[in-house]
Amino acid sequence: MIPESTLSPAPAPAVSPDMTSKPARFGQWRLRLSAALLALLLFAVTFGAWLWPQDPAVQWLSAVNQGPSLGREVAWVDHSREPAWQPTPFAGEADIAVIEASTERVALQWRRDSAAQLYRISRRPAGDGESTGWMPLGTTQVPRFVDRLQLDTTVVEYRVQSMNDDRRETGVMQLTVQPQRAISLFEARLNGLIDAEQSPAPQARLTLPAHPLGTDALGRDLLARLLQGGQSSLLVGVSAPLLCMILGTLWGGIAALAGGRVDDWMMRVADFVIALPFLLFMILFRIAMGVGPGESGLLPMVLAMVLLGWPGPARLVRGQVLSLRTQPFVEAATLSGANKLWLLRVHLLPNVLPLLLVALSFAIPQAIFTEAFLSFIGMGVVAPTASWGSLCNEGVKTMLTEPAQLLWPALLISITVLAFNLLGDSLRDRMGLTTRD
Amino acid sequence: MSLWRYILGRLLTGVVTVWFIATATFVAMHAVPGDPLATDKAMSPELRAKLEAQYGLDQPLWQQYQRYIGAMLDGDFGVSFTQANRSVNDIIAEHFPVSASLGIASLLFAFFGALLTGLAAAWWRGRWPDTTIMIAVIAAISVPGFVLAALAQLAIVRFNAVWGSSLIPVAGWGTLSHIWIPAMVLGLGTMAYLSRLLRSSMIETGDAEYVLTARARGLGPWRIFWSHRLRNALLPVVTELGPAVAALTTGGFVVELVFGIPGMGRYFVQAVQQLDYTVIMGLTVFYGSFLVLVVLIVDISYGWIDPRIRIAGPGSGGGR
Repeated sequence: MIPESTLSPAPAPAVSPDMTSKPARFGQWRLRLSAALLALLLFAVTFGAWLWPQDPAVQWLSAVNQGPSLGREVAWVDHSREPAWQPTPFAGEADIAVIEASTERVALQWRRDSAAQLYRISRRPAGDGESTGWMPLGTTQVPRFVDRLQLDTTVVEYRVQSMNDDRRETGVMQLTVQPQRAISLFEARLNGLIDAEQSPAPQARLTLPAHPLGTDALGRDLLARLLQGGQSSLLVGVSAPLLCMILGTLWGGIAALAGGRVDDWMMRVADFVIALPFLLFMILFRIAMGVGPGESGLLPMVLAMVLLGWPGPARLVRGQVLSLRTQPFVEAATLSGANKLWLLRVHLLPNVLPLLLVALSFAIPQAIFTEAFLSFIGMGVVAPTASWGSLCNEGVKTMLTEPAQLLWPALLISITVLAFNLLGDSLRDRMGLTTRD
Repeated sequence: MSLWRYILGRLLTGVVTVWFIATATFVAMHAVPGDPLATDKAMSPELRAKLEAQYGLDQPLWQQYQRYIGAMLDGDFGVSFTQANRSVNDIIAEHFPVSASLGIASLLFAFFGALLTGLAAAWWRGRWPDTTIMIAVIAAISVPGFVLAALAQLAIVRFNAVWGSSLIPVAGWGTLSHIWIPAMVLGLGTMAYLSRLLRSSMIETGDAEYVLTARARGLGPWRIFWSHRLRNALLPVVTELGPAVAALTTGGFVVELVFGIPGMGRYFVQAVQQLDYTVIMGLTVFYGSFLVLVVLIVDISYGWIDPRIRIAGPGSGGGR
């Protein structure tokens, strides 16, 4: 009898978990991460401006350089009305009193000193103690003062010195004040918080709109500006390399197929175009298109990038087509009667596409950086139009006091560029264009 | 092809390229609508005529072009439009050495830094030093240059505050301590890129047949790494040094702006913003010729190092 064991199928070889190669897992992770990041970015940039209700151009001057908030409640102040001064002679236990204390204005009133001709008022932040000096605010002859200078919600100390004819101090009074947040009635009406004719009740609180990322130096919502900036940056960053690729593919493909002298001369032209100075032509396109020194111009940027950048893809495509031309399948197609156009469309372009995709994934970050740099030096997008580069430019100016305004656009640029780099890396590995890691 | 024929060929191409840049710049500047002499100041007709004669704007285009090329061959780039009596040559002579020293410092940092990190990543390939270095490299290329410069300045300020005295200068130029932080900031992106290139190029050499032969003859992996693979792997990195200089000279604008270094880049950006035509043209041609020279030197040295390139021709050599 034949033993049963010889008739049963051989056991499958054991596959140990180590045989799943680490690079493959890492590569998958890269592709998924970059695809997810890019999808998120594209969604945010395309629909974000509609979904987020804030207008990036509206300035909230009572809320400049604010941190993140979800809608603060503020008091309101009508600057066309005087503060509610107490009747003279000043009655009260203390010599000096606060009539009104808000970020719009602080009103102080004090008891008149008979020997005094002049009162000098100064201010300093409380808590710093002796390190900060007294900042003089002004002098007055009446025993009241309204301070409107750069008030915020930090506690301040006021000092009133009364002086006589000989400029000698006859008395001094000090007071600590905590201003509360307020908005002027004019601004509230201007920005649509309340109706134009409406005057809210004196103790009523108005709700400022939410600013999840805070506001910039002119009170504009940072999130809205970042979303709008994303539109400009990604528009330039994606369209310019795309057009470059199309132009370069046509040029390189035709040159490679034509061969001989035509190929030589076409490539010489490409070499010369690469040598042209980019910044110079950018300026010239700006001037030629009538964009003034302080205006935004996206079209000159894109035009300069495309017209000076196409030789790169052209060389790439030419090299690839040249090596494909000698392949057997191209010879077979030619023998079967294919003309050059058919070859290009059906056989060559699909084989060039992977290379182009990888090149595109690396060209887009380059274009984003170029746009950011041009906006940084004022040659691209200028305020109030936003782009991530111009936001970085504004952020750098206030970097030491308001780092968030620089960090957010910089972070977004970095994440976008990172995503495209990862995408390019993983595409390149997948298509086997260079050795795997 | 002998070395001399190769050098001559590249030299000729270089000269033609510089001429092309100069001509293209000239054509571009004169094709733009608008008047280079249009300023805010009101100008009397006599003054205008005098300025036009001085700058040669009243002559026909062909004569202006001859004058332009002639002056350039003499080494004269003209006089600045916005800063009267300051010649472009003076500007270049004063500011270019600053930019050049910054560029050289950052190139040295980029090259030796890339050598260190690229080789470390290739030697310990697949293990944690490789992964960490590659993650750091990708992060370094993803951050825009001006942000890096601004953050570096912020870091210096905080460091000085913690240290108590101004140990590292925040901005300015003059001493050695002024140079090394801007050079590092400028060179970081290039270093990351070269590091990745060196690493993948080293890995490619690992599959080569001569490595197998060396191993079969008994050489240890350390010796093979340094004496055999490194020399071959450095070739693509050397080719990239030419464009790397290009990247460093343009990236220098931003670092010079942020760190207050009186280099040519900052001057160029100012001229661009003020539309100072002679300065823009002169600096552009100068930059262009400088880059052509550097690429020429790199190509020639590459042709000397690797004779295969001379035979294959300059257009197709160097790439993969």
